[in-house]
Formats: sequence, structure tokens, C-alpha cells
Amino acid sequence: MALSVPAIMKTTAARLSALYLLLFALCAVALVFYMTSLSARMLTAQTQDTINDEVLGLARAYQRGGLPVLVRVVEARSRQPGANLYLIADANGQILTGNVQSLEPGVLETEGWTSSPFSYQRFGEGELERLRNLPAEQGSTQPEQSDAQAQGEKGHNAIALVLRLPNQMIMLVGRDLGEPERFRAVIRRALMLALGMMGLGGLLIWFFVGRAALKRIDSVSEASRRIMGGDLSGRLPVTGVGDEFDRLSENLNAMLARIATLNEGLKQVSDNIAHDLKTPLTRLRNRAEATLSGKHKTSDYRQALEGTIAESDQLIKTFNAILMISRLEAGYSSENTNRVDLAEAVRDVVELYEPVAEEAGVSLEADVREATFVNGNRELIGQALSNIVDNAIKYSTGASAQPAVRVALERVGAGVRLSVADNGHGIPDDGDRARATERFVRLEKSRSQPGSGLGLSLAKAVMTFHNGRLDLLPGNPGLFVVMSFPAREDH
Amino acid sequence: MQMSATQPSGEIAYNSPMKILVIEDDREAADYLQKAFTEAGHTAHVAGDGETGFALADAGDYDVMVIDRMMPRRDGLSVIAGLRSRGNTTPVLILSALGEVDDRVTGLRAGGDDYLTKPYAFSELLARVEVLNRRASAKEAETVYRVGDLELDRLSHSVRRAAREITLQPREFRLLEYLMRHAGQVVTRTMLLENVWDYHFDPQTNVIDVHVSRLRGKIEKGFDKPILHTVRGAGYMLKGG
Repeated sequence: MALSVPAIMKTTAARLSALYLLLFALCAVALVFYMTSLSARMLTAQTQDTINDEVLGLARAYQRGGLPVLVRVVEARSRQPGANLYLIADANGQILTGNVQSLEPGVLETEGWTSSPFSYQRFGEGELERLRNLPAEQGSTQPEQSDAQAQGEKGHNAIALVLRLPNQMIMLVGRDLGEPERFRAVIRRALMLALGMMGLGGLLIWFFVGRAALKRIDSVSEASRRIMGGDLSGRLPVTGVGDEFDRLSENLNAMLARIATLNEGLKQVSDNIAHDLKTPLTRLRNRAEATLSGKHKTSDYRQALEGTIAESDQLIKTFNAILMISRLEAGYSSENTNRVDLAEAVRDVVELYEPVAEEAGVSLEADVREATFVNGNRELIGQALSNIVDNAIKYSTGASAQPAVRVALERVGAGVRLSVADNGHGIPDDGDRARATERFVRLEKSRSQPGSGLGLSLAKAVMTFHNGRLDLLPGNPGLFVVMSFPAREDH
Repeated sequence: MQMSATQPSGEIAYNSPMKILVIEDDREAADYLQKAFTEAGHTAHVAGDGETGFALADAGDYDVMVIDRMMPRRDGLSVIAGLRSRGNTTPVLILSALGEVDDRVTGLRAGGDDYLTKPYAFSELLARVEVLNRRASAKEAETVYRVGDLELDRLSHSVRRAAREITLQPREFRLLEYLMRHAGQVVTRTMLLENVWDYHFDPQTNVIDVHVSRLRGKIEKGFDKPILHTVRGAGYMLKGG
């Protein structure tokens, strides 16, 4: 890993690992402290119970035979292996009997329980210590030995009950605290060990889990950088495991695909703008230039200017149509859709075009019966339908003895089919028919007709916007244009 | 497009002079509008941003306001909403580069009275502004429109010229009604399509021309005087006498 420490800490995985480690350590420490104090308290209580029992026995001995019996009993008990501490002293603190050689000063002055553990030394302790340490030196672990050594230096710690006998003599019954001390040492070691294990565990987790995640993220950001660098065809790596990272990558890839599509559309639009707006703009410019050079009558200038205005208007129309198609294809906003009666839309458009058709000698009729509702935008549907009807009238004019355009509305399953049929020449070539809805595509035969080449593209974009479709089918004869609307969602 | 009674442009008798406020941040466009309005016989004041425009509109007594949508300091819709909330009812035409149906609806909902998308033809703007003129809108309430010897009764849906009954289709009636309401004013093809057919798009073919010429046939045939005039490069005008 070529990362420096601050750089490592900048990664989420490392930060998370460190945080978990800290939390676990805190919990462990708190738990251990709780358990230690609880056990220490229990051990102390146990010790005190033992001492109380001893004192009770000794008290009975004293009652039975006074001091001599007491002394005898104490001496007997003192000699037993692993005995408690026993001591009888006179009023001045001079030790008379028992198994304690020396005491921390001041212990004998207390009355009742000693307030804190005190240190003491038994008779013949030196020898005993050495004997006890022999096996330890050979086999046991280091800390145990040092513990014993430290204890040897300090003497032992004990708690005791100090009593005044009726004759002003002092009796002490105590118990060594070695056992609880050892217990505490064990707990301390366990804690250290646990902390160490936890640290190691944290590192391992970070190394295997965190670093793996880090690597995946790095590969994703590396891929994004490449894509940002201009390679829009690039995609993020997907391992196929199907985990969160794969899902993230898949979603980002879908987003990239969408962006690429939009980008492609944008590129196509700008290409088309460049191609199809340049021509009329050049014409416009040339006309102005030709009018300026040479002598002309005022009426010529007027005519040239009027031509310029007409041409500009056509340009504006084309431009608006391009913008609208782009917006529709980009998804537009669906807020502006509501219940639209297609029958009414058909009647409106047919009524709008009826005089034009009559003037062109084309019979335009609508086969519409009942109101048929779809979710949509009346304005857009009207525009799409009028473009199609416009085309139908244009291309059937003079094509047959009785040119006719027929608009029909019918339900097909759950959906609605709106069709415009003409009996003109149609578009015999399948490829041409498919291309006819592309932007700016004007088939050879239509070049002589006025128009921007955007009418059918716009109609198609409108149908896409309505989640429907626009199909150009061969008529018999002529062209059969079908606008298919999906079923209306009633909400 | 050349109809029987063509009146050359430039000689259009426009309405009485109006006081117009133009709030537009594009300096060149604003200057052009001011010049063009002045040439058409109106007075135009220009504000270069929303705040200034709001202050001018609030203080001055304008007949019509032309407000751009996207402007520095305060956008057009906010200016309109502000004026409306202060009780200012001066008609507003919104100019915008945004031109979809939604934008139009938003604009009109904010208190605008008409909406025109850039780029636009000045003749279109002028015609719309003159129609918006609040002093001309009194006709809304009249039940009978009269232009020369042409008479239209909005209640009985009857039309007569020189006491002779003329039968019109429903759409032709609405077309004539709109033209008569704005008699003496230029009415563009887009305005007709919007107000008579409720469509806001440009049909590929000039369908409106054919409808108008049909109507013209009905109200002019057999009468010696033309009444429905074509204004070249702009639209139509119904004018008696």
C-alpha cells in the first residue's frame, strides 16, 4: 500500500474500522471494570464471612476456657497449612502468639475491620516463599513470577478483624488477599489480550473488507474519470456478483447510456441545424447582397425585403419545430397532460383543414363516432394530427381521379388507433417509409413541395411523448399513417 | 396570399397612440422595440431589468406592458405577480425564449395576458399589443358588433350586411366575431388560430388564409365595398368605410 497514514485515514473503510475498534475497546474496558469490581466485592464479602466464622469459633473457645484455651486453639489453627492470620497481643501491641511475625504499624490500634488492606509477614516466611517459587521458576509464565516477586518484596496484603479481649489483650483474625489480587491480575491480562486481539481483528477487517471495497470504489472512480475525459462509450466495471457495488455500477451505466442517447440526439440536431438552416440562411444573405449591389427600383427593394421576412419566418418556424422535437424527445414535462377527447381533436383538425382540402380538390372526411379519451395534450395531438393530415392532402392532390383523405378513430384492444389514409402515390419503398419520420428527411418526390421536413418527425416525437407510436404503412394505394395511443390509466 | 382587397403595408391606420412599457434586458432588442413602437405612432419607455421595470410600471400609467421573462435582478413573472398583487391591471404581453405549452400556461397563470415566443416578428408583436390595449377591450361586453354596414349579434348568432342576412358556419361565426371585436386592428394568423381554434402552433399550410378567404367570400360577395382587408406581412383587418 503506497498510501500515507493521513491518506489511509481519508478512506471511508479505514475510518469506519478505526471507529468500530474504538467502540469495541471502550465496551470491553467498561465490561471488564464492571466485572472486576463486582468479583472483588464478592471476594471481600466471602473473606469477611470466613473471618466472622473463625471469630465465632474462637469466641466459643474463650468462653469455654478463657485465655489459655483461646491461645491453644489459636496456636493449633496457626500451624495448619494455608491457615488464616491469627494474632494475640497484649495491650501494648506486643505479639504473644499467632502466626504473624510483623504487621504494618497502627493495625492493632484499629477496632473492628481494618479500613484497608495492610501488609504483614508470617513466621518463617522466607523459606516458604522460596519453596513455593521453585516450580514457578521452571514452568510458569513471566508475569506470574514477577507478580510473586513484587508480592514478596511488599510482604502480603490482608484484611483482618481486630478485637479487644476483656483483659485488654488484642486478638486479630485476618485473611490473606493473595487470591483476589491474583484474580485481578488475571483479569488485567485478559483485558490486555482482548484489546490486542481486537486491534489485530480491526486491522484484518480493514485490510480484507475495507481495502476490497476501497479497490472497487477506486476502479469506479477511475472509470468515471475516463468517461469524463470524453470517452462516453466507456462503462463502469460490473463484477457480476450482484452486490451493492454492482447495482451502483449498473445504475450509473444506465445513466451513462441515457446520456449517450441524449448526446447523440443533440449531435444529430446540431448536424441537422447546421445542414438545413445553413441553406436558407445563405439564400437570405445572398438575396440581401444581390439587392444591395446594382441599381434597383424602390419596389424591388420592397420585394426583396418582403422575401427576406418570409424566409426568416420560415426559419423561425423550422427552428421552433427543432426545439419542440428535442424537448418532446427529452421527455418534456408530463404535467401538462389531461383527458383529451380524440374524437373532438379529429373533428377540430378536419374542420381546420376542410377548406384547404376543398381548394385542393381533395375530399377530406372523418370517421369518428363516440368520444374516445386518452391521457395527453390536446395541443400536441392537434399539431401531430394536423401535420399528418396536411401531408396527406399535399401528397394526394392530383394523384388520382378522386383524391381522398380519410381520418378514422377506433379502439383496438385497450388502446386507441387514430389513422389517416390517403390514396396518393404513397411511399412504395419500405426503407424510405421508415426514414420519413427522421428529422429533416425529405424524400426525393417531396423536394418540390414546400415544408421543412419536420412535420412527421414532430408527429413521431408527439406520439413518443404520449407513450404511443407512429407507424407509416403502405396503403392501397397511398399511405396509411397510424397513431397508436396506449390505454388510458384512469386515476 | 394575394387577396382581392390588399392594403399595402406601411399605410395601415393604426389605433390611437398608446403608452407602452418595455421591460427587456437585451439592450439592442429593447432599443429596436422602442424605435419600432415609436414609428408605429406609440410612445415606448424601456427598463433594462426587472426591478427598474417594476418601479416604472408601478409609478407610470401605461396602456400595455411588454415584459421579458428572463431578466437580471428580478424575473418577468415575479414582476407581473408583484404588479397584480398591487392591483395593477395593465395588460401584459410576456416575451420569452421559452416557448412550450407549459411555459405559456405558467406565464398566463402568473398574470400575463398574452405570450409571445422569441424569435418573433415585430408585426406579430405590434398586432398583439394593440389588441391588448386596455382602452380597446371595452368591446367584450357588447352584444352587437357593428363595422360599417356589417352587423353581428352575439346573442342570436346572426350576421347581416346592409340588412341582408348572411349564413355562417359556427367556426366562421367565431372568426368573424373575433375580427369584429378587433375591427380596425391588425389581427395575425396566429392570433386567429389561438383565439378561434385554440391552437398555439404553426400549421404547415396557411389554413387560416383559406378560412378567411371563405369568410370573405360570404361577407363581401355581392357587396361593392371590401371590408375584410389583408395586411401584407402581418395579417388581416376588418375595417368599414
